[in-house]
Amino acid sequence: MKQNILFISFVSVLASVSFTSCNKMLDLKPTNGVTVDVAYSTPLGYKQGFAKMYGAFALTGNQGGAGLPDISTTVIDEGNSDFLRMFWNVQELSTDEAIDNASWNGNTDAGLHDFHNMNWGAGNPMLEGLYVRSAYQILLANELIRQIGRLDERGIKGASADSIRAYIPEARFLRAFQYWVLMDCFGNPSFATEKDAVGSIMPPQKKRAELFTYIESELKDIENTLPAPRTNEYGRADKAAAWALLARMYLNAQVYTGAPRYNDAVTYAKKVIDAGYSLETNYNWLFLNDNYKCKNEFIFTINYDGQYSQNYGGTNYIVWAGSASDVGVNTVGVTGWGGNRTTKNLPNLFPDISGTADKRANFFKGSRNIEIVDRVADGYIVTKFKNLNRDGSLGYQLKDLGVGIDMPLFRLGEQYLIYAEAVLRGATNGDAATALNYVNLLRTRAYGSTSGNISSTQLTLDFLLDERGRELYWECHRRTDLVRFNKFTTSAYLWPWKGNVPNGTGVESFRNLYPLPSLEVSANKNLVQNPGY
Amino acid sequence: MNMRKLLYSIGVPVLLLFSFAGFAQDKIITGRVTDSIGNGIANVSITVKEAPARGTTSASDGRFSISVPANATALVFSSVGYAYREVPISGTTVNVSLQSTASDLNTVVVIGYGTVRKKDLTGSVATVSAKDFQKGVITTPEQLIAGKVAGVSITPNNGAPGSGSTIRIRGGSSLNASNDPLIVIDGMPLTNSDVAGVANALALLNPNDIASFSILKDASATAIYGSRASNGVILITTKKGVAGKPKFSFTTQVSAGMLAKKFPVLNTTQFRNLVNTYGNANQKALLGSANTDWQDEIYQTAISTDNNISVTGSYKQLPYRLSLGYLHQTGILKTGYLNRISPSLNLNPTLLDNHLKIDFSARASFSKSRFANEDAVWGANQFDPTQPVYSKSNRYGGYWERLDPLNTLTGLAALSPKNPVGLLNQKNDIGYANRLITNANIDYKLHFFPDLHAIVNAGYDYSRGHGNVVWDDSAASVYRSYTTPGTTIVHSGSRTQYKKDLKNWFGNFYFNYTKSIDAKNRVEAMAGIEYQDYLTINYGFNELAGDTAIVKRPKNLIDKPEYRIFSYLARVNYSFNNMLYITGSFRRDASSRFAPDFRWSNYPSGAIAWSISELPGLKNSKALNLLKLRFGYGVTGQQEGIDLYDYISYYDLSDVKAQYQFGNNFYQMYRPGGYYYNRKWEQTATTNLGVDYGFFNNRFSGSVEVYYRKTSDLLNRITQPAFTNFANTIIANVGNMENKGVEFTTNVTPIKSRNLTWDLSFNATYNENKVTKLDINGLPNYINQVAGIGGLGGVIANAVGYPRGSFFVFKQVYDKSTGRPIENLYEDQNRDGLINNSDLILFKSSIPKWFFGFSTNLNYKKWSAAFTMRANVGNYMYNNVATNGAISKFLFSSYLANQSNDVLNTYFEGQGYFYQSNYYVQNASFLKMDNVNLGYNMGRISRNVNLRLTASAQNVFTITKYKGLDPEISGGIDNNGYPRPRTITIGAGLDF
Repeated sequence: MKQNILFISFVSVLASVSFTSCNKMLDLKPTNGVTVDVAYSTPLGYKQGFAKMYGAFALTGNQGGAGLPDISTTVIDEGNSDFLRMFWNVQELSTDEAIDNASWNGNTDAGLHDFHNMNWGAGNPMLEGLYVRSAYQILLANELIRQIGRLDERGIKGASADSIRAYIPEARFLRAFQYWVLMDCFGNPSFATEKDAVGSIMPPQKKRAELFTYIESELKDIENTLPAPRTNEYGRADKAAAWALLARMYLNAQVYTGAPRYNDAVTYAKKVIDAGYSLETNYNWLFLNDNYKCKNEFIFTINYDGQYSQNYGGTNYIVWAGSASDVGVNTVGVTGWGGNRTTKNLPNLFPDISGTADKRANFFKGSRNIEIVDRVADGYIVTKFKNLNRDGSLGYQLKDLGVGIDMPLFRLGEQYLIYAEAVLRGATNGDAATALNYVNLLRTRAYGSTSGNISSTQLTLDFLLDERGRELYWECHRRTDLVRFNKFTTSAYLWPWKGNVPNGTGVESFRNLYPLPSLEVSANKNLVQNPGY
Repeated sequence: MNMRKLLYSIGVPVLLLFSFAGFAQDKIITGRVTDSIGNGIANVSITVKEAPARGTTSASDGRFSISVPANATALVFSSVGYAYREVPISGTTVNVSLQSTASDLNTVVVIGYGTVRKKDLTGSVATVSAKDFQKGVITTPEQLIAGKVAGVSITPNNGAPGSGSTIRIRGGSSLNASNDPLIVIDGMPLTNSDVAGVANALALLNPNDIASFSILKDASATAIYGSRASNGVILITTKKGVAGKPKFSFTTQVSAGMLAKKFPVLNTTQFRNLVNTYGNANQKALLGSANTDWQDEIYQTAISTDNNISVTGSYKQLPYRLSLGYLHQTGILKTGYLNRISPSLNLNPTLLDNHLKIDFSARASFSKSRFANEDAVWGANQFDPTQPVYSKSNRYGGYWERLDPLNTLTGLAALSPKNPVGLLNQKNDIGYANRLITNANIDYKLHFFPDLHAIVNAGYDYSRGHGNVVWDDSAASVYRSYTTPGTTIVHSGSRTQYKKDLKNWFGNFYFNYTKSIDAKNRVEAMAGIEYQDYLTINYGFNELAGDTAIVKRPKNLIDKPEYRIFSYLARVNYSFNNMLYITGSFRRDASSRFAPDFRWSNYPSGAIAWSISELPGLKNSKALNLLKLRFGYGVTGQQEGIDLYDYISYYDLSDVKAQYQFGNNFYQMYRPGGYYYNRKWEQTATTNLGVDYGFFNNRFSGSVEVYYRKTSDLLNRITQPAFTNFANTIIANVGNMENKGVEFTTNVTPIKSRNLTWDLSFNATYNENKVTKLDINGLPNYINQVAGIGGLGGVIANAVGYPRGSFFVFKQVYDKSTGRPIENLYEDQNRDGLINNSDLILFKSSIPKWFFGFSTNLNYKKWSAAFTMRANVGNYMYNNVATNGAISKFLFSSYLANQSNDVLNTYFEGQGYFYQSNYYVQNASFLKMDNVNLGYNMGRISRNVNLRLTASAQNVFTITKYKGLDPEISGGIDNNGYPRPRTITIGAGLDF
């Protein structure tokens, strides 16, 4: 009996000891991960969180190249999940400026072929990816603002706290920029700010016009707190970036809200133009590996680096996908994937394709037809972006990677054209002579002389659309421009294979707006799909 | 309480008790064990009733010799698959006949945390013992039972040496969590983690050391394993030491493997014709003059050997088994091989006057593999057949490669496939894996309360895998592909290495109480605790170019992912009059993978069985030997397949190669990780109804089972709406799925005579899988695209109302006159005039609805012959080899590629979404003969030596409509995988 009692007590003690201690043993932590309070315990930690917010533009994950992706590969594979790659595809491939290789990259195109054919649906992976990427950067901006609100409790005070607080207007700028992307492409996205803690709400839908008002008020609010133009670190937003975005939004306000705002467009374009920028002397330098030297013209850039900021998207994609092996490494700095080309409409905007007269013409013909007979191979190669330096030396060489060209999201040239177009469209606070002068500044640079300058009678809206093509092609403007000119879906302007027929055809007008991604619509019941989809 | 210390403190002293021993005056008894028709039975365990530690095993002709104490009264004969028998000792000769059928009811079956007589089973448990294993060169244990058990599908992953299998029991219960069953060796649960440096972690267990498998299929059998049991449990029992004089057994096999069938690509003539018909002038000029069959260049006849020696006996009072295996397996893809040395030790002493029984085992494995570069498989299918293997130049190692003079960097055509022979010979990928699994099961029958046993089972599974991958400096694949940062210095070649350790601890402690209350009522109960700890250590290394310049640094030098499970468990069995059986079990698990609020979960089960054949009127019937009804219900869980820590957000600092630039400075980036606090266990409830039957002296026996399994709170990767999580998808508990099915097993012995026996066994499974809910709102038409080819989300989806892994494709339109599919012409499902994602349809599934297995054995005197066949019916496959058979995939601006000869069926250009056609979803039902073998038992060739000879063939033939190479590929997408060889083996076995 005594043995039995001893035995039972032994078992009970064992059981209770094991319960309490094992419960504690089940709290495990990762070797290399840190909690939010550890990550943000130092000013450097804040800067690294700040770097992630910006870096979500230029990198697709935490490894470089590909690896540890930000966006789940169930939506889109990592190489395709880069902001610029997706934004470029939706803005350029859907237009006359670019056409995909119909069999390019075998099976990994993620919905690429839908854009030029104009038959995308709500399940298109590229559209889903772009929506998720833009929302992700907004989420990072919201999170950073929330974490900056906790500086005091983390004991970060004084000057270092002040320099961290200065991140807030930049976070708000980036957020405004990505909301502009969502507004321009998707119209009516879901919406959250730093007031909505992660996971706390099911985000409501914001209608396009309401979103316009929100972005406008944000940009006007931070206009005062952002650093003066050209005083911030290269790659970070300043006042001019906010003005440039406002000018672009006002130019398109008729599309976004139904009400024109051309006077405001002139006001804000002028603010940028008067902020001390100047045109780079050589247009083609703007798209080279060492284009960080073009700070005189660039207002806001995505910074890439051949070694430290690399992914399979970005300018790396523009150059690799847009080139082919017969172009030659010495011409574009890479061997090329043989992907994107252009329809005849773009080279036909120029007096010649060799750049003899207008030096902005950067095309390579090889054995290709200018007419797209063969959708795999035909159409000229665009060699505007090159992995070369000004001195002709090669940029960083890495298989399928290595391109370090920075991407100007805003540059002075566009602001000149915004000013001119707003004036032509009836702005009363600008003048036609200045408008003509701005256009001719671009043309003088392009021709290397005044031989290409135009007269005031030649300056028409149609001319400006063509000039925007010549000046800004492959810089992610074309779809927005064609929509504004009502030429994107209509049969008023055609290009080869528009609407998936050889000579082009008009398509339904609802395609001026992309659909909200079906994954998002099914996950968030507040969302109402755009009409037509 | 530190469990490791606890286990040490109990285990070590106990193991020291071995040396107490001594023999009394002995006498020698000899005899022969035979079956009911007089054939000798090998490997029967023979022990002395009064001294279970004294024992031996019978030789292959059934003869034995045992030394017994003078006071011994009886010998005990036992063997898997035969009835247990006690025979009184009289004189010095004991001849005994054992009742020999697989369905014998007194057979002891291994179940979770114990054993049970087969006739007492209440759950669905299938057993396969050594005599029914698949024959031939088997390098990984699960392949021993392929096709042998209803409801269990075992699909070998590919034909590489040592490659593993995808095992599914009753169709799998999860979507995104794992569908792999739990594998338990001698009571020790194994991890699902891969061991580095070897193709498959299970290949580190020598199949020759395995005595039997028990497969627990329904929840009343598996629920005692709780949170890891939803996909069934496979219990592996290894061979134990048998007391007596040392007995040696030696087996050797030599095999030749060869390519069973070539990939269907264009031959040289067809290739030339295609290029000349469709190519432009530049492309025609790229044609060469050679005639190379690249598949002939990369495959070989693979000679392999497998040798095993074992000795079992006892040292003083200590029964032991020692074995040593040496496997050298060569792959049919040149350069690849697996070498494995696998020693094992089992000690099985009984001490303290039979109160303390210990089973100790230690099995080690040391392997060295060279992994043939499997890119060569795809490469050989693609490489231009008009080009020679060698270029007669020293460039690129002498291998002919497609050049491009415009490529000033490497001189190579950038995207051209690389020479497949170069891919094999210029990549040296060597992996090493060492594994040691030790396990001690200590069963102490309490001195003051002998009905109660205290049992400790503790184990440690350690492995280290490491390896080096070296590309030659001249290899085209990596030629001048790195640049030293900040310079223009270009490097060729590549050297990478890896190392990973797994350290898994396991221990349980439980009491077992057995009491026969009276002649009719019997109770057995157990209760205890269990602890499991799974630690992985990943080491990071610099990546080097061929000249050892560092081209990439690891993100982390070390990472130690770990998870732990802590459990309480209990079970009660009650039986009445050998007729009515009731079982109840309960387990409560906690896993470190879940947030504290959701950590614990309960897994109950209950079952009842009624032996109708025990009714008084039927008990002695000759025609009806067994008729038993079983009914069980239970709940099991799932926690594999989810991240280890992500119930809160962790921040991850980016690699130095992923920085963002402000001004002139680069900054590493802190990224918040996705998280899901509310995640909990996925649960599967199973209802099972079974009937066991046996007629005519059990010469016709088997079982029928019907089951229904419902999985709720599926661990499912779902979209997180924008702004609601740092990850846009996360694994949450959303969705339901069900499996229902019927299993049928029958064993027939049509002929049974002195010289001739013939056994047949047949099993059939019907399983229907259906996803019933996938999103939070329970939308009826919800479709979640899961697997794509490349970056596209398409081709496979999970959809409500359809089986898991259905194909999601366009419906092809065909030209009525030629019967050919028309490229990119699909049925416009919603009649909106456009073909886009809204027109995709759910079409068939990769999961078979029917499985069949058929085995037969014929024994005539000293000869034996057997074969095993398997069939899957109702499964489809996406033929992703054929999708490359499109004209534009042959012709490129600077190179040519060969592709599938399916181009001659479609003449597709290869544009747009042609590959999303259901044309490529093909019926992959098949009938395979896995194995045919012939044996001759020469019997005693000298005084103490027996010899057996065997010959066998594996992967003998396949009958299928599928147009690809092999219809049996897990996952439903057929890429250019390593083909499975056809293998011919001869072997010899010696016992002495």
